[in-house]
Amino acid sequence: MRVALFITCVNDTLFPGTGKATVTLLRRLGVDVAFPRAQTCCGQMHVNTGYREEGVRLARHFADVFGGYDAVVVPSGSCGAMVREQYPKLAPAATGAVVPKVYELSEFLIDVLGVTDVGAYFPHRVTYHPTCHSLRGLHLGDRPLRLLRNVRGLDLVPLPGAEECCGFGGTFAVKNPDISAAMCADKVGNVMTTGAEVLCAADNSCLMHIGGTLTRQKTGVKIMHLAEILAATEVTEP
Amino acid sequence: MTRTFLGMPASALQRSFPSNAAKAVRDSQLRFNLRKATHTIRDKRASVVGELPDWEELRQAGKAIKDHTLRNLDRYLVQLEEAVTAAGGHVHWARDADEANRIVAGLVKATGETEVVKVKSMATQEIGLNEALAAEGVTAYETDLAELIVQLGDDWPSHILVPAIHRNRAEIREIFQERMGEWGRPAPEGLTDEPRALAEAARLHLRERFLSTKVAISGANFMIAETGTLVVLESEGNGRMCLTLPRTLISVVGIEKLLPSWRDLEVFLQLLPRSSTGERMNPYTSTWTGAAEGQEFHLVLLDNGRTHVLADEVGRQALRCIRCSACLNVCPVYERAGGHAYGSVYPGPIGAILTPQLRGLDSELDRSLPYASSLCGACYEVCPVAIDIPQVLVDLRAKARHPRAERLGMAAAGWIFNRPERLARAQRAGGRLRRFVPKRLPGPMSAWTDTRDIPDIPRESFRGWWDRTGGGDR
Ligand code: SF4
Repeated sequence: MRVALFITCVNDTLFPGTGKATVTLLRRLGVDVAFPRAQTCCGQMHVNTGYREEGVRLARHFADVFGGYDAVVVPSGSCGAMVREQYPKLAPAATGAVVPKVYELSEFLIDVLGVTDVGAYFPHRVTYHPTCHSLRGLHLGDRPLRLLRNVRGLDLVPLPGAEECCGFGGTFAVKNPDISAAMCADKVGNVMTTGAEVLCAADNSCLMHIGGTLTRQKTGVKIMHLAEILAATEVTEP
Repeated sequence: MTRTFLGMPASALQRSFPSNAAKAVRDSQLRFNLRKATHTIRDKRASVVGELPDWEELRQAGKAIKDHTLRNLDRYLVQLEEAVTAAGGHVHWARDADEANRIVAGLVKATGETEVVKVKSMATQEIGLNEALAAEGVTAYETDLAELIVQLGDDWPSHILVPAIHRNRAEIREIFQERMGEWGRPAPEGLTDEPRALAEAARLHLRERFLSTKVAISGANFMIAETGTLVVLESEGNGRMCLTLPRTLISVVGIEKLLPSWRDLEVFLQLLPRSSTGERMNPYTSTWTGAAEGQEFHLVLLDNGRTHVLADEVGRQALRCIRCSACLNVCPVYERAGGHAYGSVYPGPIGAILTPQLRGLDSELDRSLPYASSLCGACYEVCPVAIDIPQVLVDLRAKARHPRAERLGMAAAGWIFNRPERLARAQRAGGRLRRFVPKRLPGPMSAWTDTRDIPDIPRESFRGWWDRTGGGDR
């Protein structure tokens, strides 16, 4: 099976640690993952802000880059949902073949590789925020939680109001800053009631927004992408 | 297209959604009222919907029936007209709000009456009927409890189902005490804010009105083409007082409210109450066909922009809406912005897709409505007729005019994303300049850093690392 990593432009540029963790994790599970250098962005920001033509161009580019692989792994629920939900409406002919081969990380691990215990070790108190596009776009269900429950040492605490949006929404965060901040304040309040050291999600964009508020408010709670926790072992977490 | 009127004062249309919402979000009483009310209905809905194992099938059936009807609207409307006429009713066609108001005012004046009672109706609010009637010397009395609160308080509705959702009990008591006397029977002495006492005050106030008024105006939840029957679902029974007691009944109904047959109604009588009030069945369902003996019935079929919406391939699904308001109750943006911020009688997610389609994207407010959503998808998930609200929002965003600075920014981002080498170069530049990024960003991006830190820019991008290490092998 030829497996490619679609890192996403946000992870590539701002969160390379998530990409490295994804590579580490997949190699540990015996998957030789390729990184096609021609990849850029899925086009979500353009499409969701109202710049469809640019988005269609990026969708076609995605199909060109990843068309030759058997599976494409994306460590982002949001970009995964963009490809799977929006590409069929934006550019059905060009992307029809590649779309069914695109998996969000937890889907790839559970549905394709058939593992729920990835051999990780992470001795911390963690709460998980199911981001909207993971939850209602890709319907990841409890896949990420099943993976986290099998991490040795990890104390998983439920997040109250977990299914409510954090208020990121891409350009929504700057176009409607007051509502976005009010939504995030409630999310942060819920995170704080869990007493977790780490807030985990399958999307760094939402984490960047919640994390930006967590540090501004000097809460001490860290944000971590699911891949980073799953990649952790006794060696990295002595 | 001429500007379609949607029942809101001009002042609400002057500012964009973000600035309306910014004001609302600072009103802590409003936020408390809204949070409490929306969460209560939201939870009730979830529990009664959860009881039905075939909810998804019902939802798909509702969607299919509505789509079929909308595709054949011309045929079913004519069928309806024939059936209503055969049953002794009169059918009028109104292109827009003005025409509908003119028709209704003319019908009322022909009876010689100067007072009408009203059943809760979105269509008459949409066209601003009460104000139009007032200009003709006719007083319209709202009889739905929440509409009464809005009317007595000189207020605007902020929710489809619960128009006074922004008010709490203490505020309602105050409104009753101060204003009821001006409109009829005053509130009793020593009125408390107990729900029972408030309802009793409203009941006494309204009862006299029902018995003395000879003309009633309603909308309808559904119209059945096959038999010409109109259907109203309600909780209080005030509607059926209006529908039965007065001599003349005038119903103003949007042309999309059609269902082909009684069999189709079965699906919607399951979908609507559960989605709307979170009840298995609403307390009162009234149906009427034509006019009863000694009574007169007029049906005013309202377009007011609907055929324009029908012409749009993506946007037309908004016409499936049965005004249940489930999408409002789950919307995190509505919960914090309140209904008035949307500047239309249709607030919340459905308002964000319906208002700009009915009214056009000319004003700053209407252009900002498709952006009044984080695209979290909660609305689509609960919608009983499966309107893909996020899809319509994104489609409308593509049709809206964009600010110049944003256009330039998006063009620049597009230029970079079109070539991986450009992206790599931009990332390297970012890595070199990382220490010079200020804590507070200038311009539009200050909206981010007002409440949030920006993440540390990494020294090296992922692709930089991959190139340097061969994917970690070196
Ligand atoms: S859009 Fe759907 S959920 Fe919202 S009011 Fe209409 S029918 Fe109800």
